[in-house]
Amino acid sequence: MTVIDRPSAGDRPARASAGPPAAALISAHDLSKVYRVGEQDLVALDKVTLEIAAGDFVAIMGPSGSGKSTMMNLIGALDVPTSGSLRLDGRDIGTLSADDLADLRNRSIGFVFQQFNLLPRTSALRQVMLPLLYAHPRPENGEELARRRLEQVGLSARMDHTPRQLSGGQQQRVAIARALVNNPKILLADEPTGALDSKTSEEIMQVFTDLNREGITVVLVTHEPEIALWAGRRITFRDGRVIDDVRQTPITEAPITETPVAGPSP
Amino acid sequence: MNLWDSILIAVGALRVNLLRSVLTTLGIVIGVASVIILVAVGTGASSEVDRQIKALGTNMLVVFPGSSRVMGRSQGAGTDIPLSEGDVTAIRDKVQGVLAVSGQIQETAPMVRGNANWTTTISGVHAEYGFVRDWPVDNGRDLEPNDVRTGAKVALIGKSVAKELFPGESAVGAAVRIKNVPFEIVGELSSKGQSAMGRDQDDIVLIPISTARARISGKSQIQNDRIGQIYVKIDTGTDLAVAQEDIENLLRQRRKATRGAENTFSVRNLSETMKARTEVLSTMSYLLAATSVISLIVGGIGIMNIMLVSVTERTREIGLRMAVGGRRRDIMMQFLVEAVSLCLLGGLIGVVIGVSASTIIAFVADWPVLVSPGVLGGALAAAAATGICFGLFPARRAAHLNPIDALRSE
Repeated sequence: MTVIDRPSAGDRPARASAGPPAAALISAHDLSKVYRVGEQDLVALDKVTLEIAAGDFVAIMGPSGSGKSTMMNLIGALDVPTSGSLRLDGRDIGTLSADDLADLRNRSIGFVFQQFNLLPRTSALRQVMLPLLYAHPRPENGEELARRRLEQVGLSARMDHTPRQLSGGQQQRVAIARALVNNPKILLADEPTGALDSKTSEEIMQVFTDLNREGITVVLVTHEPEIALWAGRRITFRDGRVIDDVRQTPITEAPITETPVAGPSP
Repeated sequence: MNLWDSILIAVGALRVNLLRSVLTTLGIVIGVASVIILVAVGTGASSEVDRQIKALGTNMLVVFPGSSRVMGRSQGAGTDIPLSEGDVTAIRDKVQGVLAVSGQIQETAPMVRGNANWTTTISGVHAEYGFVRDWPVDNGRDLEPNDVRTGAKVALIGKSVAKELFPGESAVGAAVRIKNVPFEIVGELSSKGQSAMGRDQDDIVLIPISTARARISGKSQIQNDRIGQIYVKIDTGTDLAVAQEDIENLLRQRRKATRGAENTFSVRNLSETMKARTEVLSTMSYLLAATSVISLIVGGIGIMNIMLVSVTERTREIGLRMAVGGRRRDIMMQFLVEAVSLCLLGGLIGVVIGVSASTIIAFVADWPVLVSPGVLGGALAAAAATGICFGLFPARRAAHLNPIDALRSE
């Protein structure tokens, strides 16, 4: 861990207007990820430098193969960079052991997936308590924490329901409650509305908006432009690089025209 | 994540596929059940053999007339030169280490009491018979040398005869008739139970050998000092094999057998013969032990197979658990505990089957039920060890999945 790996806001005057001056919660510096496919090296991320501040609501967009999924895996501490650095919540993931990465995911990141990834035949309450199973130390009042999170996403009446007894939107709410139960700093959602109809999608996006207003940082990976409109900042990837990074006024009900606040990143 | 969490998850996972889980454990079930049956049958059989050897009489040799060669030419056992009173005396006086000797002649005849009768084995014996056979009287008195000398019309009866002719009352002092000869019952023999061949040894009447010759066998005996078998009790300090050889040499001398000629009698150590039979049992034990080991290995492979299926089926779940903070060792522990739980489930079913089968076998064979907690514990430990051995590979595979690939699977 060196100081050079740690770009401060002052290093990038061009980005000063792009967000609040708070210390970046997620900061990537020359972040690269190269996969070896047979004989060839496939560059999935090519020296990406960006920062996401605490409290941001960011949509990461881009076509498939653009590197947005790789970026999401790295932000989720599911993978480690080939070169460059990625600091999550103050820790450089490249220097962490597999166990430390697991603990970081447990403590700092809440995952929401396109396919919900709920355990079959398991009650909503148990689903939400799952991350607590792996917490160190384990909270004493786990069930209480899980109940509170389910109430927060509007499922107080369905705590004993299994996924089979829940609609798609309700299942995704359970997944969100599960992501929140350990009080993470980052809520990382991978196409969270991909399996939902448009009305339910809006309800779920409203949940994310509400959570973001309460202070949690939301990183949303999507390829749907109308979903990206709910975010306050939109980062577009292409060929492993950031080609566009704009601030916009997020919608809550109806789409509003976007207002570019920053030019494309270098 | 602690062990208890792993157990809860494992039990939940097994309950989802209950039928599959139970079928998978079949090998373990058979392995554990056969371990339990093996031990129960092994110890049950050897305790039964011990009892039979004891019932035969310890440190005892038996002399039969006829050649010892069973297979081959000498088929006429008993048709050669018979044993005689002279042989009894010679063995008693000339062989070292002999404590007591008794001859025996046998006849089957009914014993009559009033209008009841019971056909049984009438054995004419010397007074030492009870001592030689370790067969005491438990009611009344034993035969005495004087009974034999005077040809007294007294009898000892076995427990089965007593039960038939004197149900619920003491037979001592009662008058009975054998072949129209009046006898007084002077004692009841203690119970010896079934012989190794399944014959009821208590279905017997003992009378003085002299009385038997004079009153019962009558004219059918060619020689009036003829003896059917001679039972010899040897001192515990004397090697039975040496005594056996001494008796053989003595009887050859008495028969003036030439060097190299066949024996016209045989001296047998019945408890040795009995012990040889236990070796058959121990061979069976080895076979059953091999069955247990093979079953546990086959069962273990079955467990490994189903655990690999389970890991594949639940790849997404593994990915999710990793994403929410599960460490490798948490995942490993979860699947290992599941494999061990599966084996213990099989082990418990095996214990139920093994204990039931052992109880039935013990009941049929009339043995004590010998299933000790130690054996049950050992069998379950073997099942658990199988789970650990064969669960390790699938668990490692689960723990080393890449969380990204695992989450994207299907």
